[in-house]
Amino acid sequence: MSTFIQTLIVGLRLGSIYALVALGYTMVYGIIRLINFAHGDFLMVGGYTMIFTIPVTLALGLPAWSSVVFAILICAVVGVSTELVAYRPIRKRGTSMTALITAIAVSLLLENLAQAIPAIGPNPVVASQFFSTGGFSVSGVTMEWTTVYTIVISAVVMVVLYQFTQKTKLGRAMRCVSEDKEASILMGINVNNTIVLTFAIGSGLSAVAALMYLAQYPKVYTTMGALLGLKAFVAAVLGGIGVIPGAMLGGLIIGLVESFTTSYVSSSMADTFVFLILIVVLILKPAGILGKNVGEKV
Amino acid sequence: MKNRTAKGYIINTVVIAAVLIGFSVLKGSLGGSQTFKLILVPSLWQCCYLIILAASLNLVLGFLGQLSLGHCGFMAIGAYAAALISLACERAGVFADKSSPAFFLVLIGCILAAGILAALVGLLVGIPALRLKGDYLAIITLGFGMIIVNIINNLPFAGQEGLSMGSASASLYKNGLGFGTASKVTFVWVAIIVTLVCLVMMFMFIRSKYGRAIRAIREDEIAASASGINTSYYKIFTFTYSAFFAGVAGALYACANATLSTSSFAFTNGGILNSTFIVVMVVLGGMGSLTGSIISAIIMFILNYQIKNGLWVKSLTGFLGGMFAYPMLVYAIILIVVIMFRPMGIFGTYEFSLLNISRDIKNYRAKKALQKAGKKEADANE
Repeated sequence: MSTFIQTLIVGLRLGSIYALVALGYTMVYGIIRLINFAHGDFLMVGGYTMIFTIPVTLALGLPAWSSVVFAILICAVVGVSTELVAYRPIRKRGTSMTALITAIAVSLLLENLAQAIPAIGPNPVVASQFFSTGGFSVSGVTMEWTTVYTIVISAVVMVVLYQFTQKTKLGRAMRCVSEDKEASILMGINVNNTIVLTFAIGSGLSAVAALMYLAQYPKVYTTMGALLGLKAFVAAVLGGIGVIPGAMLGGLIIGLVESFTTSYVSSSMADTFVFLILIVVLILKPAGILGKNVGEKV
Repeated sequence: MKNRTAKGYIINTVVIAAVLIGFSVLKGSLGGSQTFKLILVPSLWQCCYLIILAASLNLVLGFLGQLSLGHCGFMAIGAYAAALISLACERAGVFADKSSPAFFLVLIGCILAAGILAALVGLLVGIPALRLKGDYLAIITLGFGMIIVNIINNLPFAGQEGLSMGSASASLYKNGLGFGTASKVTFVWVAIIVTLVCLVMMFMFIRSKYGRAIRAIREDEIAASASGINTSYYKIFTFTYSAFFAGVAGALYACANATLSTSSFAFTNGGILNSTFIVVMVVLGGMGSLTGSIISAIIMFILNYQIKNGLWVKSLTGFLGGMFAYPMLVYAIILIVVIMFRPMGIFGTYEFSLLNISRDIKNYRAKKALQKAGKKEADANE
């Protein structure tokens, strides 16, 4: 029983990280209908930024985790410049397929560019502790403080973001653009600025996810975001792409599936199960669990 | 029109025969030299499977207009199937060494079996996957590709455990399919002829009613189905057909390499054999032009070879040197530049044909002249 609860906790923690990354995917896909393959690599950018800025925050007398502020800023800048330099010109001229190919190319570019930069280099860097270690244990089940932080922070981020999209003017503009671009132009919404804002928020979230991820696996390497990003995308599709609570739900489900397969079946088959879920969902209910079925326009 | 087709077949056969004879003369005169054995022949092998891969993905990406990111999965199936079958034959004593005629039959059998197995899996993948389109199809094929590689990796007789039950996978190749330098030279014919046959099959496919149907689907699926084209049948058929050739390419890959490892077929790896690299080749050559795929496969091979072995690359230092240490970076830049500035690739949808050379040159000249005239007019107006 204690193994079961332990696995559950690990799954929830992993799921919270997936959910944060999935949020970025879902927001960007919702607004420009493009799978931003580079999103997972923003997480890598965030990871390296934190590695490089931890000395700065420590010198200022701040705790190590506050370097996430720099990471959020840098990630937002990288995300927005990706949109401005690569995606926007392609969106204007190309088809959705060329846009998708561009996204894959940008992802490859970020990964390999990071490897080519001498300061970053190909070898993994070990991150220092972000949070104080330790935890508490209840009847044989240990709960680390970092786990608590991870789950609580991602839940808070989720609620804040949901309220942002529901209640504020900018959030409403975002939902409006994702529903109908032409109509939102008529309503006086600056579509391009809204898209840029979406990219900034989504990429910033991946920096937060990077903090959570590094708190658990303290190692930064250039391809760390590739597989994680793909799984987060699976989470976004599972929950219903474009739906914010869906990303949370999908992320948690993927995290639980992964942790349960790892501890009860085989760790090397975990990815297979995650992608099997994707395939089953896409075939049975392509709109996802919380998504609405939208008929295709002829 | 019938006459013209017959003329085309005769011309093509004569030219292919001439090229093969030329190559055999070359082989006869250069046969002993080390450059030929160690550089030219391995390059030819690699070119052959890259060409088949690029052309076969072009059927789906260029002619059918659907992005599939799992192409390497089918290649992995082909490679492992061929390697395992040849191993089984060798263990069963069908052939003792590579010079026996029985081995030649086994080789051909392996290549065919690899293709057929990959096609079967392609059919199984295609039936559910092709109900989706666009982004979802890309991601589902990516998922299938990963699952295939993951399953191969977890098979007890392949993957991590190595092909020969427990020991390192390299030892399989003492007598199995993997060729050393000498057998590569002996069997380079097989690679060239298999590639030619595959290309002929693909060219015939795109010129048949199937090719016209899938191009109609690419342009407008709803209009195509309204015109009486069974869209899902044609889509699944094309996907299966393309998977067949990916399997054949995998078998050639298994022949040309001393080791097989599933990590080289994964989606996210730094080597060149991932599904994205095939997409780069197709996009560079032109989506919808088999000629383009062939040329760009050769270009990308030469580029890759230069990056890996070229002396000018080794002399680069600092950041530039680092850039070339990770060839995928160069390919990513190529992909972005091509998509941004010439989205149709080198050839667009142009197909080279010996029969049409004079017509193509005439068309090209006429087009240039027209552009010139237009420019003059614009200048005059200014």
